[in-house]
Amino acid sequence: MGAHMESLFEKASQSGGEKIKKIGLIVNPIAGMGGRVGLKGTDGWDIVEKAMKLGAKPWSEERAERMLRTLLPLLKEIKIFTYPGEMGENIAKKLGYDVEVIGKIEGERISAEDTRRAAREMTRKGCELILFVGGDGTTRDIYDAVGLSVPVIGVPAGVKMYSAVFATGPERCGELAVKYLRGMIKELQEREVMDIDEEKYRNGIFAVRLYGYLMVPYDKRYVIGGKSPTGISEKANQEAIAVDIIENMDDETYYILGPGTTTKMILKKMEVRYSLLGVDILYRRKVVGLDLNERDILRIITGKRTKIIISPLGGQGYLLGRGNQQISPSVIMSSGGKKSIIIVATQQKILNLEGKPFLVDTNDPLLDRQLSGWYRVITGYRERWMYRVEYG
Amino acid sequence: MGIVKLRKNFHQSKWDEPIIFELSTENERGIHVPPVERDIEESSGNLETLIPESIRRKQPPSLPEVAQLRVLRHYIRLSQEVLGVDVNIDIGQGTCTMKYSPKINEVLVRSRKVTEIHPLQPEDTVQGALEIIYNLDHILREISGFSRFVFQPGGGSQALYTMASIVYRYHQVKGNTHKDEIITTLLSHPSDAATAKVKGFKVIDIPPDQETGLPDMDAFREAISERTAGMIICNPEDTEIFNPHIKEMTSIIHEVGGICAYDQANANGLLGIVRSIDLGFDLGFYNLHKTFSSPHGCGGPGLGAVGVIKELESFLPIPVVDYDESGKKYYLNFDLPNTIGKVREFYGSFPVILRAYAWVRVLGEEGLREVAKVSIINNNYVMKKILNEVKGASISFPKTEYRVSQVRYSFKKLADEAGVTVEDVIRRITDFGFHLWTSHHPWIVPEPFTIEPTESYSKDDLDEYVEGLKTITQEAYENPERVKNAPFNSVIHKIQDMSFFEDPEKWAPTWRVYLRKHRNQEVRK
Repeated sequence: MGAHMESLFEKASQSGGEKIKKIGLIVNPIAGMGGRVGLKGTDGWDIVEKAMKLGAKPWSEERAERMLRTLLPLLKEIKIFTYPGEMGENIAKKLGYDVEVIGKIEGERISAEDTRRAAREMTRKGCELILFVGGDGTTRDIYDAVGLSVPVIGVPAGVKMYSAVFATGPERCGELAVKYLRGMIKELQEREVMDIDEEKYRNGIFAVRLYGYLMVPYDKRYVIGGKSPTGISEKANQEAIAVDIIENMDDETYYILGPGTTTKMILKKMEVRYSLLGVDILYRRKVVGLDLNERDILRIITGKRTKIIISPLGGQGYLLGRGNQQISPSVIMSSGGKKSIIIVATQQKILNLEGKPFLVDTNDPLLDRQLSGWYRVITGYRERWMYRVEYG
Repeated sequence: MGIVKLRKNFHQSKWDEPIIFELSTENERGIHVPPVERDIEESSGNLETLIPESIRRKQPPSLPEVAQLRVLRHYIRLSQEVLGVDVNIDIGQGTCTMKYSPKINEVLVRSRKVTEIHPLQPEDTVQGALEIIYNLDHILREISGFSRFVFQPGGGSQALYTMASIVYRYHQVKGNTHKDEIITTLLSHPSDAATAKVKGFKVIDIPPDQETGLPDMDAFREAISERTAGMIICNPEDTEIFNPHIKEMTSIIHEVGGICAYDQANANGLLGIVRSIDLGFDLGFYNLHKTFSSPHGCGGPGLGAVGVIKELESFLPIPVVDYDESGKKYYLNFDLPNTIGKVREFYGSFPVILRAYAWVRVLGEEGLREVAKVSIINNNYVMKKILNEVKGASISFPKTEYRVSQVRYSFKKLADEAGVTVEDVIRRITDFGFHLWTSHHPWIVPEPFTIEPTESYSKDDLDEYVEGLKTITQEAYENPERVKNAPFNSVIHKIQDMSFFEDPEKWAPTWRVYLRKHRNQEVRK
């Protein structure tokens, strides 16, 4: 019986292997180099050169290799579509994979446009999964190219990694890919693509923006910010939170809803319009402002009773100041400060922080201090977890 | 030194058995009920007139139609597909206290004096049964310090629901309509929160302090307000660290007019040592199954005995058993002015009460204390052994050195180092005929598992169990695929896609729901 069970499992695990599966591979060869020498990112060749002068060595190929080694059980079942040389070709060929190079690097040096073009081409070729090695910059480029059209998993290799699309390490990325390609994982989650807002950053303001969502095969153990089973799915948890919020809404209050899938599930449940990435305002169960900037928010709420419903974004627990800067110090003060803030978060999101507090970084140190302390975070229907907020 | 033998050749029966509904064939019958004899019908009246019209079915229920032999084979097969309480060392059932249920108690409950009584019989004819209920109530009063116990709830969660209902009713009677929040802790049993929510309360969970594992007292103080109706918690919590702040917590709750309810499902290590009343609790429950040796809920009917202080007696579910001094008889007292009503029919599962009563009477006061002491010693012995010998295992909140009668461990190190998760180990452990760990969501402790050795198991049993863990973890490091693909000898198998498990929309608690959700068929009720 034992041997029988084992052979059954083997059969089951190989049952998808009759057809060759197409996988995309994008390696950003310069990812992470800036960080290792204390720079804030590696966006642009001038920084790469500076980094190399400071002694930085490329490491993404090494990380790609670690990931691809874990993928070796599928060697005969997959074909890798990639870009030339260090963008994936070298390493995939070195390990003996069946490789098709689908384009060429335009210009003298690898650029973001190469990543975007590669990703677009991979969807055209019918790749059912794109694996990439990089950081937030690479993630954004892939997001620009493919949106939600194809599942993606990232090997974390960048300096900035606010996005939630990365596996916890190269081997975990490979294992997750194996599980997904063998049909052992079917759930796909929309996970945040975040990056520093470069425009603001150049003007001296540190601002992380929520750019959108990528589709990521989901297994709690493998994806950053997703390793603590709670018993129900993220979606079911978000719905339970939404029902609680809706049940307790009153008609005299303006509700500012920050970006994110948890906050916007409330509006989705109410079947009203919403912007996933922006800040919306709800009053008497109707949306009175969509995707607002700070000035618009202030115009609507000034002098009104207001509550702010926010959720931590990305994998690091930032509640304010990352991806929702529209909810500015003025907006928070005008709403009534700490007591006007309603935090919603799925239990998994909290557990993933492993006890680390939520963070606020509104760019107003005094306000950040005032906002710190314990909150009753709504984590389900009629359920609140006491959780600490600190300033970042 | 006895025999420590890990049974590596364990092999469980496995039948590819459909569920009973799938075996149904139209008009097949297991038994033909003979028609009512004319004399009987004439004296008692027509069957239909005996059942009130309001509860008469319009059409027959959709029960499976199966012949006797097929039914027999079906259930015998299923009975072979269990781990079996009498064949395995079940100390790792999870958060449930598993212990030996003395067989003599089964003889007692199978006596005709028990099997042939009915809860609707006149009180005069069941005086013995009422006396046993009455006496057990008094014994539990001694153990806890509470003023009165009821036995109506059919298990731990129903007892928790009863307690939440008492808290609710108490504030209703007092006119405290603003009190709508219940405090609990994240490491208390999930039913503490769930039952309070069902009752309509908002539940505030207190997280553990990251260092000590005890409820964070700053968070606790912040959570308390005029809206606090009460607190429902375990102590020790599932980590089994005894809470030294518990009296401070109960008094803070009392200061705002709240009520403190004690989930004593983890009481095994406290019997005869700690009284609930001395910790400031106003009500609490014991599981007569588990702690008081009646078989565990999945292996027999359960019972959560709820006890309260004097001031809350009038809120208990009815009836309670009392003794009439003048008439010298036991009777059912329905006259509790503030009663929450009923949470279950009648007044408690009598066989469970009887087993618990027999168990306590055999042990006596000293014996009960011995139960607690041995279970604590066994637990700390196993803990040391696991930490020293099982690679990849650790305890939660290691700064707190000792635990009461169970430990929440973690296989995080194993998962990080070998890529083998606690869920893999759970499946593999069934290949040795051991019970598997359950009830750990949400995972406050990563890769969690809980072991509660209780007083029943010998040193040899404990050594054998740890030997099993050692074997599996060694295998995890040397041949991880073996553990990841387990089990091989058990009736259960590895499920590839677990996502349906977490999606309430896909849950099918009954056959009818299954047909509706998964086969798109409507079945009559």
